[in-house]
Amino acid sequence: MAATSVVDIKLEDIPVDDIDFSDLEKEFQVDSEINFDNFVVVDGAPVAPESKVPMLSKVLGKLFSQAGKVVDMNLPLDEAKKCTKGYLFVEFDSAVSAKKAIKMLNGKKLDVKHRLLVNGLSDVEKFGSESFESEFSEPKLPDFQPTDYLKSWLQDEQGRDQFVLHKNDLIGVFWNRNTQQPENAVEPRSNWSNTTVKFSPKGTYLFSYHNQGVASWGGRNFERLRRYFHPQTKALDVSPTEKYLVTLSPEPISVPEDAPADFPFGPESNGHQLCVWDIATGVSVKTFALPPNQSLHWPMIKWSFDDRFCARLGPNALAVYDAENNFELLGGKIMKIENIMDFSFAPAGVKLAANRNNELSSVLAFWTPESNNQSCKATIMEVPTRRVLRTVNLVQVSDVTLIWQEQAEYLCVKVDRHTKSRKTFFTNLEICKLTEKDVPVEKVEMKDLALKFAWEPTGQRFVTISRTDAVDDNPAIPKNVITFFAPEQKDKAAKDDIKKWKACASVTGTFSNTISWSPAGRFVVVATLVTPDTRKADFNFFDLDYTGEKTDNTCDDVAAKVKAVAHPDFYGATDMSWDPSGRFLAVWSSAVKHKLENGYKVFNVTGEVVREELIENFKNFAWRPRPASLLTNAERKKVRKNLREWSAQFDESDAMQADSAMRELILLRRSLLEEWSNYREEMTEGMEEEYNYKVYDQIETSAVDEDFEVVEEIKEEILEEKEEQVDSFEEPETSD
Amino acid sequence: MRPILLKGHERSLTQVKFNREGDLIFSCAKDSVASVWYAINGERLGTFEGHQGTIWSIDVDRFTQYAVTGSADFSIKLWDVQTGQNVYTWKTKTPVRRVEFSPSGDKFLAVLDGVMGYPGSVTVYEVPRDNQTQQLSQEPSEEPLYNILTHEGFEIAAVAAWSFLDRYIAVGHKDGRVSKYDGDTGEFIDALELHTQSVSDVQFSPDGTYFITSSRDSDAKLVDIETLEVLKTYETDCPLNSACITPLKQFVILGGGQDAKDVTTTSSREGKFEARLYHKIFQDEIGRVKGHFGPLNCVAVSPQGTSYASGGEDGFVRLHHFDKSYFDFKYDVEKSVEAQKHMQGLESSA
Repeated sequence: MAATSVVDIKLEDIPVDDIDFSDLEKEFQVDSEINFDNFVVVDGAPVAPESKVPMLSKVLGKLFSQAGKVVDMNLPLDEAKKCTKGYLFVEFDSAVSAKKAIKMLNGKKLDVKHRLLVNGLSDVEKFGSESFESEFSEPKLPDFQPTDYLKSWLQDEQGRDQFVLHKNDLIGVFWNRNTQQPENAVEPRSNWSNTTVKFSPKGTYLFSYHNQGVASWGGRNFERLRRYFHPQTKALDVSPTEKYLVTLSPEPISVPEDAPADFPFGPESNGHQLCVWDIATGVSVKTFALPPNQSLHWPMIKWSFDDRFCARLGPNALAVYDAENNFELLGGKIMKIENIMDFSFAPAGVKLAANRNNELSSVLAFWTPESNNQSCKATIMEVPTRRVLRTVNLVQVSDVTLIWQEQAEYLCVKVDRHTKSRKTFFTNLEICKLTEKDVPVEKVEMKDLALKFAWEPTGQRFVTISRTDAVDDNPAIPKNVITFFAPEQKDKAAKDDIKKWKACASVTGTFSNTISWSPAGRFVVVATLVTPDTRKADFNFFDLDYTGEKTDNTCDDVAAKVKAVAHPDFYGATDMSWDPSGRFLAVWSSAVKHKLENGYKVFNVTGEVVREELIENFKNFAWRPRPASLLTNAERKKVRKNLREWSAQFDESDAMQADSAMRELILLRRSLLEEWSNYREEMTEGMEEEYNYKVYDQIETSAVDEDFEVVEEIKEEILEEKEEQVDSFEEPETSD
Repeated sequence: MRPILLKGHERSLTQVKFNREGDLIFSCAKDSVASVWYAINGERLGTFEGHQGTIWSIDVDRFTQYAVTGSADFSIKLWDVQTGQNVYTWKTKTPVRRVEFSPSGDKFLAVLDGVMGYPGSVTVYEVPRDNQTQQLSQEPSEEPLYNILTHEGFEIAAVAAWSFLDRYIAVGHKDGRVSKYDGDTGEFIDALELHTQSVSDVQFSPDGTYFITSSRDSDAKLVDIETLEVLKTYETDCPLNSACITPLKQFVILGGGQDAKDVTTTSSREGKFEARLYHKIFQDEIGRVKGHFGPLNCVAVSPQGTSYASGGEDGFVRLHHFDKSYFDFKYDVEKSVEAQKHMQGLESSA
């Protein structure tokens, strides 16, 4: 029966439609919802005995739930060894969570021995396929693209400086030729930058702003060197040695899913707004998120003088990063400083008294305000050691400003204080002498509130603009006082450490709001620039080493001789800037700020106008900075000694520049002079040879002094002799 | 520059000369008395009296031992500078236009006028000296050492001067020519048509290797004595009577002015009675010194280059001690070349 039944049953006879497969379907249903993208394969997990499995799965479950909701987790067991196999499968609720887990936890160190390797389940196939290259193949480095010599402008035969002029949409770089029309260094370009252009601190690079980010330009023809992709960059800053570029964009970085290979940011940068770039390579080396609820003070990242460290102000903390160590936090954590208000790095290496072998230290200073049981404090700290060099305690403080001298020999802590009643304000200057042992502090007490303070870049003197709070607050009355401070110098010859600073001259009743020292020192311009509060600009040039007789000093025992040398006019001026050599001051009125008298003027140190141009819609002027001079002190001294010789040569080349006729004449004279000296030389030789006769230009013998006898004769000539009879010497009568 | 006026001559000056040390000035004029002055203050040291007519020329030897004067009274007189005594007198056939000691000082030349049938000549006389004292060792010979009669085809000589080492005599002729003779033998060597009018002065550079000529044709020229090559030309706007080369600075000083006979017809302003300073190498006029109210007949600069004197038709000698601006004056080109040399010197020494 069984045999026949098998034969007999025909497929057609089976009523397929009637069979209820639902139970089977249910059992073998392939869940279309199952998405392998939701799974991750984790390798490198600890191998644990069976008994510890719950513990392990609990730990791992907690870890993975950071990335998203874990639906299931499977730790396979080695039946033979009774322990886990070291890998596991995790199912997330979504592919997004799985991806996040891969990004977050791949390479995560569980402990010293265990490092998790997290991959997507769907990727396993890809990695396992034969076509997948398991050999390491070196990434292809792009070929080296040589740039033009970036410091070529320093090789200018006449040592001229360059500057940028920005008018309308044209931006051009020009050679400064004193009184003459500036010469194009490159053809002015339209739309070179969306807003303005900016030089790096040593002048090597010129940066421009674009929709896509920032571009660097350099070399003889200002060709584009690199692009730094950071859309909508609003601000940029360059580190002191021109190694790093910092850009800030209001638009958070978003890394697309399928980012192209040359996309500068990794996924960890998502949402960041601040970016640090390596200028030379154009690679983004670090990005930062902006701390929430913090007012923005640009620059947001400050650098140590040698670019080794950079630091960022955070709420109640200071984050110092080691640039040479992948921008890791110094010591692995941020520095907690309660209420930190501001900080700044020393602009140069500090030769601390404790340093040996002329070592230079990176130093930073910060201040914290008064709090419940703490006084206001300014602290000077060495990095990376975090050794506190000095703390200055202050009371009744309303504000503090930290101002470094350019050589970082001194730090001025400008303390704006108030009386107990908080009605009047005044300033104390606490000057820290960093190069001396234990960093002594010299206090300079001012009677009024200092608005501005500026160190002489190469010296020990400074200038302040201060204001007394008068009862009458009529803004039309000029109330600002310019005061000059210089180290006390009792004995001219003695070059002791500075004991004390003294106010040695002052100018009262001005509107001045800006101090600008010549980079070479000695000359300072205190100006009123046009701001929303002031209408009319004015300029005061001061010489602090005046060589003439009459100085404006109020005391003599100081190392300064102050003299107001000039106050030229430029009513519309909005900005000013010294050229890197300190010989010229450029002052300009920018159309960005107002529409009056737009253009620029260049003054020399004595306040004479060297060149002026009024240009409609003139926007900006910028000198190209120069790197520090390579001359040693000895060489500099030599140049100074031979200043006359140098100036003779420069005068001539200036004259030749001035006009072509003069140039011809000078060339003619030069050849005449050479011709003559050749003639005389030939003559000298010829005469020597033929007649043994020495040619000369001048008879050396002269009447020697001892041959003379000085005879003094006094001749008295009586012109007239008169005798007069005088009656008497009675007093004249006085009438009552 | 404040001049010192040497007032002592009664008629127009004919020549002024400095001695080698530059402390004495010798001057002669048409009034037959030659004078010696202190250069420092312009005080007169003394006079040489004895001539009967215009003294056309005066010179002093390099030792300031003897002075020689040539006069229109047909004589040349040798004077002891210290005593003012006339030591010797040579009689000549014609008036003497120019006298000059050779650099060695043991002979002098005299330019004799070509009048009364005499063709004119440059005649050289000997002054025998003691090697030690430089005093006359014997009575000088009345006969000349040699006599250079005016070359055929040339007009007579107006002026003449010695080159270095008594080697050559450079002679300026009335026709503008300059001729060159051997200083030992008087043999003719070469000639050059230099000016278009009479040569009025010939003065050598301090070392005697090149000389400057001035001419009535308003030009002054710098000529090399060896080759007679014209090195430089200085063009002015008035007839020139005298020219000298300044030591120390690379200048030449030219003097002249409207012809003496035309003076009465012109004002002193138009007469161009100024000494002109030209740059020797660049040939540019760099300055003028006013003061004379007649033409300048002669200019001389001290061998040290610190002062110069000019003698005018007006009868005065104006002595100028250069002031600082004169010594400081330099063209930018000169400054820069000097500066370059200085810097090179520094570099090579470093």
